Amino acid sequence: MSRRKVAVVGAGMTKFMRRALETPKELAWLAAKSALDSAEMKLDQIDCVVLGSAPDAFDGLHMKGEYLSDGCGGWKKPYLRCYVGGGTGVYAVAQAWFQVASGLFDTALVVCEEKMSSCLPHPQAAFLTIFDHITEQPLKPNLLWIFALEQTRYMQTYGIALEDIARVSVKNKRNALGHPAAQLGADLTIKEVLASEVMAWPVHRLMVSPTSDGAAAVVLAAEETARRICDRPAWIQGVGWCLDTAYWTNRDLAYPEYVEKAAWMAYRTAGIREPRKEINIAEPYDPFAYKELHHLEGLQLAPKGQAPRLLADGVFERNGDLPVTPSGGLLGVGNPIAAAGLMKICELFWQLRGEAGTRQVPGKPERGVAQAWGDLMQVGTVVVMGTKEPA
Amino acid sequence: MSDRVAIIGVGFTSLQPSTPHLSFKELMFEAAQKAYLDAGIQPSEIDSFVTCAEDLNEGLSIFDEYTPDQLGAVQKPMHTLTQDGLHGIADALMQIRSGIAELVVVEAHSKASNIKTPEWLVDYALDPVYNRPLGLNPHALAGLEMNVFLHETGIRAEHCAQVVAKNRSNALRNPVAAYPLALTPMYVESSTYVSYPLREAEIAERVDGCAVVVLADEKKALKAQSKPAWVCGVGFANDSGTLESRDWVRADYARIAVERAYRQASIQNPREEIRLFEVDDTYAYKELQHLIALGLFSDGAELGRSIEAGETKADGKMPVNVSGGALGMGLPLEASGLYRIVELVLQLRGQAGARQLPDVRLGLAQSWRGVPTTSGAVVILGTERPNEPA
Repeated sequence: MSRRKVAVVGAGMTKFMRRALETPKELAWLAAKSALDSAEMKLDQIDCVVLGSAPDAFDGLHMKGEYLSDGCGGWKKPYLRCYVGGGTGVYAVAQAWFQVASGLFDTALVVCEEKMSSCLPHPQAAFLTIFDHITEQPLKPNLLWIFALEQTRYMQTYGIALEDIARVSVKNKRNALGHPAAQLGADLTIKEVLASEVMAWPVHRLMVSPTSDGAAAVVLAAEETARRICDRPAWIQGVGWCLDTAYWTNRDLAYPEYVEKAAWMAYRTAGIREPRKEINIAEPYDPFAYKELHHLEGLQLAPKGQAPRLLADGVFERNGDLPVTPSGGLLGVGNPIAAAGLMKICELFWQLRGEAGTRQVPGKPERGVAQAWGDLMQVGTVVVMGTKEPA
Repeated sequence: MSDRVAIIGVGFTSLQPSTPHLSFKELMFEAAQKAYLDAGIQPSEIDSFVTCAEDLNEGLSIFDEYTPDQLGAVQKPMHTLTQDGLHGIADALMQIRSGIAELVVVEAHSKASNIKTPEWLVDYALDPVYNRPLGLNPHALAGLEMNVFLHETGIRAEHCAQVVAKNRSNALRNPVAAYPLALTPMYVESSTYVSYPLREAEIAERVDGCAVVVLADEKKALKAQSKPAWVCGVGFANDSGTLESRDWVRADYARIAVERAYRQASIQNPREEIRLFEVDDTYAYKELQHLIALGLFSDGAELGRSIEAGETKADGKMPVNVSGGALGMGLPLEASGLYRIVELVLQLRGQAGARQLPDVRLGLAQSWRGVPTTSGAVVILGTERPNEPA
C-alpha cells in the first residue's frame, strides 16, 4: 500500500477575542463543532483527534492536552496532542496528514485552542518560562525584546526602513475588516502605525499582534472518503517542518533558514520547483509586522531582503499578483497562538473553495501555502494546499 | 517506502531516584548516543525526531525548544507530543508509513527529581472549576478508583500486594531498576494506607532517566539490524478527561487501544500468542485493571485465580512485568512506555541477561499517563516480519 492522498473537507473557528467567557474546553468544542458542521459530519465519523496547543502555562493547566481532550471530541478515540510552540497550528495539520496518509485512520479532526486571558494580568509573564533558566531567564527577557533584536538585524542587514515594516500592519489589519472572527481589524495609515507607542525599539504597538482567546478546527479525510463526502476538497499537497538549535543567540537572525528547510520539504512533496510562480496565495505567520516579510523570504516567495519592496509595489495586496495574508493574519484577526496558525489553514480552505466572501482573492486561486513559526525563533512549519489532487 | 516498520536500536540510562550530577540534556545525550550506536547509524541519517514531554514536568514552557541539540536534530523535522513514549512509537510508525521519513527517532525522559512538589503539580491537571478546589491529592483519586475496582471485580487487596512483591522481586534481575527488593506480600499489606485501600508500598516511585528508540522502514531495518524488533501493532486512545464522566472500573482507554493493536497484529488469542506483557503498574491495582482491559481475563475472579497460581510471575505461563515494572524500576514519567519497549526489544533479541525468558517471539507493552488522565497506548513487537503491516 502506498501513501494515501488527504484533503481538508471542513473548517471552522470561534471568534478571536481578548477575553472569552467560554472555558478552554468550550472554545475547543465550538471550533470542533463548526468544522464538523461545515463537513456535514458527526463526531462518530471521526477516527482520530489531534490537538494542537502551545504552552500549558497560558491556560494555567498541567497536562493541558488531557484536560482539553473531551472538549476536542477526543473521548473513547485515538487522541494525540502535538506541539512545536508557535508553529503548532500549522504543524497539527502535518501531524494529522501523516496519521491519515499512513492508512491507520480515514478521518481526523484537528483542533487548536489557546486561552491566553487566564494568565493575569498579561500572558507576557508566562513567556519568561520559555527561556533557558541558566543563561537567559536571569536577564528577564520578554518576547518584545527578542523580536526587537531580530527586527533590527533584519532591517540593518538589508537596509529596510520602518515605513516598509509598518505597511504590513496597514495591509493585514485592513484585510481583517472582512473577517467575521477578527479581533483587531482597522483602517490605518503608515503614519498612524509609526505614531503608536514604541514597545521596544523598533517595535511599535501597532506592529504587534494582540493576545487572544480562541480556537480553530479542520476535518481531514483520506482520498476515497474526501471524494465521497465533499464536492470541493482542498487537497494537502505537501507538509514540512524543521526545528533549529535552542541556542538562538548563535544564529544570524536576518534570515530564517529553518523556514526555508521546512518550505522545501513541503514543496518537494508537492512537486513545486518554482514557488514564486506556482503558488497563488500565501498565509505566512505574522505575529509581528516584520515577520511576514521575513517569512515570505524564507518561503522562497521573495528574494532575501526584497519582500518590503514587493509589498510597496502592491504585489502582496489582496488583488495583487501574490495575495499575502488575505485573512488579516495574526495582526488583524488575532493571535491565540496555535489557533492562529490553524486559522491560516482555514483561510486557505475557504479561499481555494471560493467561500471567503469579501476577503475572496480574485482569479480562482489553485494553490496556497500556510506557514507558522515559533519556539526561540527556531521552528518553521509549512502546509501546501490546492484544488488539484496531489500526484 | 515500505509499510513494515521495525525498531533497530535502543539506548537508555539506568534509572535513578535523583541525578544531581546530570542535566536533562546530558541524560538525553547518553541515551541517544547508545541508541545510535546500537542501530549502527549516524544522527545525520535520521529523517525525523519525536520527543515526549510535558512542560510543567520540565519546568520550561514550550519544551520542544530544548530538544534538538543533544539528539543531533538541529535543522531537522522534530516535534513534541505531550504523551507517553508509546504514543511516540505510534507517531514514528505513522510518519514512516506515510512515506515522509524512513528513519525516525523517539525520545522520552524524566527529570522527576527536579519537581519539588509533584502532588501539587498534578493538582494543576485537575479541572480548575469543578475539581481543583476540592484539594485532592492525586493518590486520593487513585484510592477512590482502586476501591471501586476491587468492589466491582472481586479482586482482593492481597492480589494487589502480590503484584508489588512480584514486580519488585523481578527488578532484582534488571540492572537499570531503581527499586529492586526481595519482599513478601505480607510486607506490602503492613505498609500504611495513603488513601484507603491504597497502601504506600503499592505506589511506584518517580525516577530520572532517558530512553531513545530508533525506528526504520523495512529496507533500512533489514540492512541495519540482524535482529530487528518488528512493530506488529499499535493503538492509542483516551477515555473522557472529565473525572465525573469516565469509566472508573474498566480501563476503557487500554481496551480501545489494544483492540486496534490486536487487529493489526492479527492476534486472536493474546494469552496464548503473546509471550510477555509489560503493562502499566503506576499503582499495583492498575496492573490488574490493565490486564483485564487487555482482554487477557474475562473477569476479576479468573484473574484472581491466575495470580494465586503464580501465572503472571517471571516463570509463570504469562509473565507480566519481568523488567520489574514501574514498581520495581521506578516511574520515569513520559519515558515509562519506552522503558517497556526497551525490555521487549532486549527480550526479543535474547539480550535480557539474567531475566531472559525462553522462546520470546511476541511481546506487548502498554502505558497509562497517570492520575488524572485516561490516556493510554499499546505497542506489540515481534521477531517475525509481520505478514500484514501494522
